[in-house]
This record gives sequence, structure tokens and C-alpha cells, in this order.
Amino acid sequence: MIKAILIDDEPLARSLVKEYLLGHPDIEVVCECGDGFEGVKAVAQHKPDLIFLDIQMPKINGFEMLELLESPPAVIFTTAFEEYAIKAFEHHAVDYLLKPFSKERFDKALLKWKHQPLTQTNTATLIENASQPEEQQRIVVKKGSNIVILPIHVVHYIEAFDDYVKIYTKEGFYLKKKTMAHYEKALDTKLFVRVHRSYLLNLQELTRIEPLEKDNHVALLKSGVRIPLSQGGYGKLKEVLGI
Amino acid sequence: MVSYSRIIISYLGWWMIWIAAQAWVITQSDFDWNIALLDAIVTQLVFAVGGYTINTSMHSYQPSVRNSLYVLGWSIALAGLCVFLQRWALLQLLNDQVGYIQFLENSLIIRGAFGWLMVTLVAILTWFWVYAADRRENEQRKDDATQLAREAELSNLRQQLQPHFLFNSLNSISALAGSSPEEARKMIQQLSDFLRGTIRKDDKSLVTLDEELHHLELYLDIEKVRFGHRLRTEITKSEESLSLTLPSLLLQPIVENAIKFGLYDTVGAIVISISAWSEKRMLCLQVKNPFDPTTSTRKQGTGFGLSSIRRRLYLLYYRNDLLSTSQDSTTFTTTINIPQTL
Repeated sequence: MIKAILIDDEPLARSLVKEYLLGHPDIEVVCECGDGFEGVKAVAQHKPDLIFLDIQMPKINGFEMLELLESPPAVIFTTAFEEYAIKAFEHHAVDYLLKPFSKERFDKALLKWKHQPLTQTNTATLIENASQPEEQQRIVVKKGSNIVILPIHVVHYIEAFDDYVKIYTKEGFYLKKKTMAHYEKALDTKLFVRVHRSYLLNLQELTRIEPLEKDNHVALLKSGVRIPLSQGGYGKLKEVLGI
Repeated sequence: MVSYSRIIISYLGWWMIWIAAQAWVITQSDFDWNIALLDAIVTQLVFAVGGYTINTSMHSYQPSVRNSLYVLGWSIALAGLCVFLQRWALLQLLNDQVGYIQFLENSLIIRGAFGWLMVTLVAILTWFWVYAADRRENEQRKDDATQLAREAELSNLRQQLQPHFLFNSLNSISALAGSSPEEARKMIQQLSDFLRGTIRKDDKSLVTLDEELHHLELYLDIEKVRFGHRLRTEITKSEESLSLTLPSLLLQPIVENAIKFGLYDTVGAIVISISAWSEKRMLCLQVKNPFDPTTSTRKQGTGFGLSSIRRRLYLLYYRNDLLSTSQDSTTFTTTINIPQTL
């Protein structure tokens, strides 16, 4: 039996998918969720093979929800939004259904998936490619079983940590499976500067730049933390600050 | 628009001519060129400053025709002051020229009259200039208003026919068609009535609050089919406010904005409250939605919905203070005041 979860904030939209799934007795809907928080919990609990996911949902959107999953299952997006990187999805096996969609189109999506189930790495690249076109205004992270939404201005700095990054705020740090390169690109470059291979710094937290030894500098933050600057990073910082 | 530097050069040129003319006239009374030129330069320079004074003061205060007597009095006083200054300056500069001083004292009346003519001439020219500029500006503003009103109408239509709203509604209908065809038919009817109301209305026409609320109900009914499990609305209105007027299709986008804000910024059930009352010859409308300021990434009042409403209100009433927003820890409030005399 194939396990599926429906995540959409409109009950009618979920009932339509359920109705379409009646024609696929090998797929069982194990859970229905009305927002991303429930979605994260349900995926962890049921370990589904497939999720049907809306994009615009309360608090956290479909993409942000996927980022919180340890091992994302195959995803079929169901949304009225055409603008979310539809191309990125169409080049992969998992499908992107534009509401309202027909039974035929829905069946085709399932057929595609059954013939070439998406591997996890594919899903990961898919998420990477499909990150929203607008500049990232917030980061959604997990602390234990809690989901925390961080507006980017509360982030002090981001540090590389193996396959993860540590996102530091005044409450401490949050782990997130993302690359430094991703945040360097996604965050406002007037606010966040890559001052070191392993550090991305929020300029509003900077109080002083101190020389360390010859040619080496360190940034002092309002919180008292010291962050090493690489030579390139020091140059970038001077350029952004206009000194 | 004539450029400022050209006006200033012409103005100085004009006084140069008078310097030359006056100097020539004085040499006709057997004074030598040095004295004549000095007198002419001092005299006309003071008048030039006097003219400039009345020019700038009239830029900031444009008198009506009825108040032209003030200008007359003003120009006479200014001319008198000019002559007083000239006499003082020339006496300082040429105090050893006895014959000249006699000439100066005798010609004060003529100088005053000349000065008054000049100052008045500048005043009249300025009056016309400001008048013409005002008219040009008025016409420009009218043109802009028509132009922007068209744009607003277009963007307003786009706003009403939010593709996402439409597609999601159609998706709901698709779902209902399988399970409860009667409901689906009803929703198609509601959606059609709503769309027709949106397309038919003229962007600048005024409707009564009663009519606008009727249109709003159509919209809310559709949203409740989609979000009935979470969305509740409360409408309170005073009896006398119902017959007051507002620009058509003004309230619905504000409510739509509030619903989106409320539904996507919080989880769980939400209440959108809409209230209408009349106050000091204004129709006051207030829309409240819950929100979470700690995670909201929306900047206050910059949502497309609200900025286009603000612009429409400005175009219709030339006022920027009719729409305001406020927020406390859980509620976002949008208030608009609609003047009842256009």
C-alpha cells in the first residue's frame, strides 16, 4: 500500500484530491493537514511515500514546510500559483498541478511518479531550485519539535557547520540543512555580508572591526561575539560600509 | 516652463537698459558721466531689489482681485522705501557735489513715481505669471487624475479578478460538482454575480454603503465556501450610514486584504470585523483582522490592496489622510473616512 498525505488549507481542495484518488485503490490517504505545522508532524509520524502539497498556507508555505522535513518524500504540488518556478518542477518527475486540474491530469501525475519515483536527492535539488523568486524575508527553523519563524532582522550571523548551517539569534542558534552559498544568495546583500568562508554577518549587529595581527581582522558584534574576517571578507565589508 | 536662469537674465537686462536710460537723462542736465552712471546704478539697483521683493512675496501670497488695493498700498510703500534708501546711499557717495544734491532733492518725486510704476509693473507681471502657472498646474493635475483614474480602474479590475481567487474558487466548484452538485451550482451563481458586479461598475461612480455591502456579501459567501471552517465575519453598521455614499468597489479590496492577511498570518479560526458609522459628515469604515506581529513580514500599509485604495482616495478627494492603519499585538486595523461632499 502506498501511503499519501494531503496538505492544503482548503478542505474542499483536499476532498477533490481524495475523490480523484478513489480511482487509485493502491494509494491510501493516511492523514489530512490544514497547514504546514500539521504537515511536518504528520510526515514524521506516518513516513508517507507521497505528499500532495499546497503552496500558500497559513504561517509557513509549502516550500518552507519541505525545508523542515528530515527526509522529504516525493511531492506533488497542487496550487493556483503559476509563478512558483513551475519549470523547475516540470523538468523533474514529481509534478506540479495547477488548480483547478482535471482527473486526467491528476492521473497522469501519479502515473509519472509510479514509473519513476523521485529519489530524495532529486527532491532536495528540486527544493533548492524552486526557492521563491523574491528575496527571503524570513527563515523557518525547527527547535526540538517546535517550528520557529525567524524574520531575517533577528538573525545575528550564520555559521557553516558541516552539511548544516547554524543560525544565531539572541536566543541561541538553530540548525538548518542548507548551504552558506544559498543564504549568501537568498538574503539581502545590503544586510548580510559573507565575511568569511564560514560566516555570513548581519551588518546591523556589527559594532567594531578590530585588527588582530598583521593583515588579520576580527568583527565585534553587539552581543560581544567576535567573528574572524578573511582577507576577502574584510575587503567586502569595507566596500559595503564605504570605508 | 521658462527656465529660471533665463528669467533672471532678462530681469537684469531690463534694469541695465534703465541704468543706461537714466544715466543719459541725467547727463542732459549737465552732470558728468561718472555722477550720472553712479546715480543710475544705485537707483536702478535698489528698484531691482524692490521688484524682486514684491515678486517673491507675491509667489507666496497670491491676492485676489478684491485684495488688489493691498498690493497698491504695498507697492507705494515699497517705492517710498526704495527712494529713501537711494537718497541715503547717494548722499553718502556724492556728499561733496552740491549741485547734484540739489538736483537729487528736486527729483525725488519723479524717482518715487518711476519706482512705483516699476514695482507695480513687476507685481502685475508676477500676478499673471503665478495665475498662468496655477492654471497650468490645475490642468496638469486634471490630466493626471484622468490618466491615473484609468490606470486605477485597470489595476483595480486586476485586483478584483485576482487570478488566485478565481482559480481557487473554480477548484472548489470542481470539488463540489462531485459531492454536492447543488452547492456547486449555487457557488457558480455567486461567483458570476460577484464578477459581474466587479466588471460593470465604473471606477469613479459613487454607490451607497448598502449597495457596496451587498457586493461584499457575495464575495464573503464565496470565501466562506473555501474557508468556512476558519473564517467568520462580523458586520456592524449604523442605520444612517447605509444611505451614505462611497466610491464603488472600495471596501471589498480592503476586506480581501484583511482576509488574506488574517488567514495566512495565523492558524486557527479568525474573525474579520467590519464596522461602518457616520461622523462629522464622513462615512467611516473600519476593518479589523488578527495577525501576528512577531512573524509578519508584511510592511505596514504597503500591500498592493491598500496602496491602490490610498491612491484612489487621493484622486477623488485630493487628500492623503483618508486611509489609516494601526496595529496592536494581535489586531491590524484599517480605517477609511469618506467625505460626503465631493
